[in-house]
Amino acid sequence: MTREMTGAKMVVQALKDQGVDTVFGYPGGAVLPIYDEIFLQNDIRHILVRHEQGAVHAAEGYARATGKPGVALVTSGPGATNAVTGLTDALMDSIPIVVLTGQVPTFMIGSDAFQEADTVGITRPCTKHNWLVKDTDSLPGTMHEAFHVATSGRPGPVLIDIPKDVQFASGTYSAPKPSTSHYQPVLKGDLEEITELVAAMETAKKPVFYTGGGVINSGPAASHLLRELVDATGFPITSTLMGLGAYPASGKNWLGMLGMHGLYEANLAMHDCDLMINIGARFDDRITGRVDAFSPNSKKAHVDIDPSSINKVIRVDIPIVGDVAHVLEDILKVWKSRGRKTDAAAVKSWQAQISEWRKVNCLAFTASEKTIKPQHALQRLEELTKNHDRYICTEVGQHQMWAAQYLGFEDPNRWMTSGGLGTMGYGFPASIGVQMAHPDALVINVAGEASWLMNMQEMGTAVQYRLPVKQFILNNERLGMVRQWQELLHGERYSHSWSEALPDFVKLAEAFGAKGILCSDPADLDDAIMEMINYDGPVIFDCLVEKHENCFPMIPSGKAHNEMLLGEAETQGVIDSKGSVLV
Amino acid sequence: MSALHIKKGSTRHSAYNLRPTFSDVQERHTIAVLVENEPGVLARVIGLFSGRGYNIESLTVAEVDHTGHLSRITIVTTGTPQVIEQIKAQLGRIVTVHDVHDLTVEGPSVERELAIIKVVGEGDKRVEALRLADIFRANVVDSTLNSFIFEITGAPDKIDAFADLMRPLGLIEVARTGVAALLRGD
Repeated sequence: MTREMTGAKMVVQALKDQGVDTVFGYPGGAVLPIYDEIFLQNDIRHILVRHEQGAVHAAEGYARATGKPGVALVTSGPGATNAVTGLTDALMDSIPIVVLTGQVPTFMIGSDAFQEADTVGITRPCTKHNWLVKDTDSLPGTMHEAFHVATSGRPGPVLIDIPKDVQFASGTYSAPKPSTSHYQPVLKGDLEEITELVAAMETAKKPVFYTGGGVINSGPAASHLLRELVDATGFPITSTLMGLGAYPASGKNWLGMLGMHGLYEANLAMHDCDLMINIGARFDDRITGRVDAFSPNSKKAHVDIDPSSINKVIRVDIPIVGDVAHVLEDILKVWKSRGRKTDAAAVKSWQAQISEWRKVNCLAFTASEKTIKPQHALQRLEELTKNHDRYICTEVGQHQMWAAQYLGFEDPNRWMTSGGLGTMGYGFPASIGVQMAHPDALVINVAGEASWLMNMQEMGTAVQYRLPVKQFILNNERLGMVRQWQELLHGERYSHSWSEALPDFVKLAEAFGAKGILCSDPADLDDAIMEMINYDGPVIFDCLVEKHENCFPMIPSGKAHNEMLLGEAETQGVIDSKGSVLV
Repeated sequence: MSALHIKKGSTRHSAYNLRPTFSDVQERHTIAVLVENEPGVLARVIGLFSGRGYNIESLTVAEVDHTGHLSRITIVTTGTPQVIEQIKAQLGRIVTVHDVHDLTVEGPSVERELAIIKVVGEGDKRVEALRLADIFRANVVDSTLNSFIFEITGAPDKIDAFADLMRPLGLIEVARTGVAALLRGD
């Protein structure tokens, strides 16, 4: 069906036709025609954020909690440049979002017009793809293609820059059709490689699944198939920060998260395994530690939809390019057709070895009756919320790692955290996006006070739309992770890693019209958390925690998986000069 | 398709199955990239190289299929085998890239470059320059009483050699097109 309409109307029509129900945005001069069209309809809900970075993170949160692409709408110039952090974040974590930016009219481009920026130039390296639409007739095709690119293959952020005259002019709208563009990533993996992997699985004595965000991105079927495969083979499974929830934390083969602050048993299993099956993870430096000492004796298989992930960091023996769900389906088929074989005796003794490592109890910490330990706060949060329909977001830092360690994720799409870029200020706007997608769910943003302050303006958004997001701030009055590294690496010289002027978070909440809760006594913690859960509205929970707690276990920079630190006693002089240049 | 080209959907032939380890040996490869001729596509390719720290020794680009709006970018780059594989895979994931060919691996290929070289001199040097140009099959495309502009076509090595010879004879300026390359045969 084709119809004449203005470019601005096309934008809204294309969003509707793409199934978009929510747009996060902030108006400005160069997007006024689109905002006018939004005003004139009721199908798409627009959420007015308080900063464009918030719009993009909210769109990311929405995308991660639903599996659908998130959409943000911002103006030209500063609107677009404020979106850059969110775009980069989505690129690093492979999150499908579509960002629409206004642009000065085509005849003014290049004249240094008011609020002009070279948006496609600035965002070229931080988007999967971007477009500057120069005529109205090409706008609908570009809009539809943008959704196709954002959600196909390895998902990612895309941006469409729309000059204001293109929004005003009329053209012919066409509804979405299956994409005919060149960009059509292959989903099925190579059967020969898959068979080679199955053969390796049949004889492996010390296998481990190492899974990542790719499983979540592939959709619920991928998590379902992963569970089937893991439980049928009995192989242990660990996951990156990005992949938590793909396999349930309560599952019997679950090792916990791996990596720099991963669990002892997970990292040792990675180091000692003889078959590593990487599914949708990318051998990130937080995972591998010292590359030349990474899992030295294993055969490695790698399933990834992005060919450039293969052999980028770690040389693998069995590369399989394809979509996780498609490949897992084929692995299961081939494995079953060959008689469901594993070396069960060897795997059993491998599991016994892992159980020995588990006895180290690497997440143990010294509790206190006087101050709230952050780990304790998260244990209590877990206990009191795990039976709720719960979604967790985080900011970035120690609290993020503790949340990954102490909270259990039973399902995919329940955990929103900035993994690749490590964006402080991500979690709060993300929680707004999640709550928009799931209005009745319990959405908690586990935060540090420093990260949280980076996008605290979004309290206005939460209150305006009555979004009952719970901001669970582990307040140590420090940039905790920075402080930890300064302690370990820089002679305890705590250069600028604390704030001497923190707000009173309870009053801050009240100033925005929300509820504030302060808790500093471990004895009050449960009641305070229950009060937070039961309050029907946004809450800032100011949890005053131990100020100098360090996050363990930890693989120091430049060290291997089997050189992890379990506690304070082991930290003296552990990072050599070579390691200290790493981040 | 080359044995070393990572094909979407199958990486049976990833380079690292064929090579013992991540080698430190620097290799020089000529890569042909077929791209949609849309605004910014060259910036995407160049941005990829600068952003990820890859080398560009030479780069040429021009539209080669007007109806299909396709341009061909020929890039000469150096790197370890791992880096070369990464470059090809990274190029391949640019949305508007249609095809990536490593001519050095898929070869044999023909590589040609054109240069125009200005040489200023008098007397014996001028005569010698003209004589050498003849040996290299360079054409004189402009002449004054004390200068020549030579046009020379060939593999980059040949142009390097000619320019080196012209240097003591009064070479003052060189303009080179960069490498264009095609696989031999059909």
